[in-house]
Amino acid sequence: MENLLEKLLEAVELGKVDKKSPYPPQLKDQDGAYELAGKALEQGYKPDDILEKALIPAMANVGNRFSRKEIYVPQMLMSAKAMGGAMLHLKPFFQSGETKRKGTFIIGTVTGDLHDIGKNLVSMMVEGGGWEVIDLGVDVGPEKFIKAIEEKPHAVIGLSALLTTTMENMRKIVAEIKAKYADAKILVGGAPVTQDYCNKIGADFYSPDPQGAVNYLNQLVSI
Amino acid sequence: MKTVLRGKTKEVIINTDGPVIIIGESINPTRRKKLVSTLQAGDFDYVLELAKNQLDAMADMLDVNVGFPGVDDVKLLPETVKQLQSHFDIPLCLDSPNPKAIEAALKVIEGKCIINSVNGEEKSMNALLPIIKEYGAAVIGLTMDDGGITNDPYKRLAIAEKILKRAVKLGIKEEDVIIDPLAMAVSADPQACIVTLETIRLVHEKLGLNITQGASNISFGLPDREILNIAHMILSIRNGVTCPIANPEKITAAIRAADLILGRDDFAMRFIEYSQRTINV
Repeated sequence: MENLLEKLLEAVELGKVDKKSPYPPQLKDQDGAYELAGKALEQGYKPDDILEKALIPAMANVGNRFSRKEIYVPQMLMSAKAMGGAMLHLKPFFQSGETKRKGTFIIGTVTGDLHDIGKNLVSMMVEGGGWEVIDLGVDVGPEKFIKAIEEKPHAVIGLSALLTTTMENMRKIVAEIKAKYADAKILVGGAPVTQDYCNKIGADFYSPDPQGAVNYLNQLVSI
Repeated sequence: MKTVLRGKTKEVIINTDGPVIIIGESINPTRRKKLVSTLQAGDFDYVLELAKNQLDAMADMLDVNVGFPGVDDVKLLPETVKQLQSHFDIPLCLDSPNPKAIEAALKVIEGKCIINSVNGEEKSMNALLPIIKEYGAAVIGLTMDDGGITNDPYKRLAIAEKILKRAVKLGIKEEDVIIDPLAMAVSADPQACIVTLETIRLVHEKLGLNITQGASNISFGLPDREILNIAHMILSIRNGVTCPIANPEKITAAIRAADLILGRDDFAMRFIEYSQRTINV
């Protein structure tokens, strides 16, 4: 019976969204993540197990392979899409509270910056890590972050910037969030961002890749 | 249509009929932290080395971006311009969103440069176009505006037209407006590059302006990035790009090849010149 979860894990890792999806070719005409998650529930698997034994490890494998440059952005996006297909079946359990997520992650690209790829990749990987994700979009200023935190006071915050000219806006956002929520943990990332810059502006964590962010978040809740 | 730029003495002409003019992209602190630390220490050796390497690889002009958190670019941009112009006689492309830094650099620059860039936002046009008119520079217009970035090539064309009209109204010459169609990563959206290529074709056909683009990031998140960048560059040139901002050390050979194939290189002189130059290095 564990076979079904293993199949689901494989489908997500390889980006097999549903039965009619042509990718990857070696899984042609086989069930995708959408069908497998549905069948798993029908056969009595707990939503928690589907999440923890299939979806989360699958996305962790994807994140680690991406960090090692064994796979590329389009493959990561396909895996995220496959995970999304499986998640459709789990949504009702999240909403009823029967299945709990590890926490809430609020993410946005900072004021003046319209780049969304990095932010979207982190967002998908964190959701795949078992977190609820609130994506505020691009060009997000301090007020919008603070409003979102008011609704989810224990959320972890992620800031993305792709330009040397917009990363400075991270400093202001970090300062304004910390002034109101001194304990809030804030992650920063994006092409021009460095560990040194993260330290300078008083943010809590810098990761050069999405999996680093997931690992940091998981470590926060495991303490 | 011809956009004429000048260094101290040397003239560079960007012609909508080609050949392609290469604006070197490497003086930019993103992923080049050493540039920030050396400039902040008042050490210009590294920026001069970046300039020389690009000129050796046949860049015709150089983009100059020194913007970084903690850097006072109102002071540093003009200083860098002076250093570059005291060593190399080429026109520059001043790359900053800060109108004060642009104006400070325009005060000291010799010749005629390009300002990179304005976009279709009211705030951006109002802040920069009057300065550009006052100092007689050329300008790059980015095809995004208050509505953000659109994936509709006709809407990007409309933004280009808006910037052109506004510039001309202020007295900037039509030929001094260069359009950037925006290039996005094709890894995240398989349609991203075709939107750019269509925008280039439309701007070329309908407005007849010179067209630039900074396109080295279209290959973000994929393997064989150099091949992707070359394929995109060649298709872009075919559609009307005339002055890309790119890394000449990676792209000049492909650009020279494209010009030759498009019948813009008599007796293949430019292609051969580049080829022999690389062999000699």
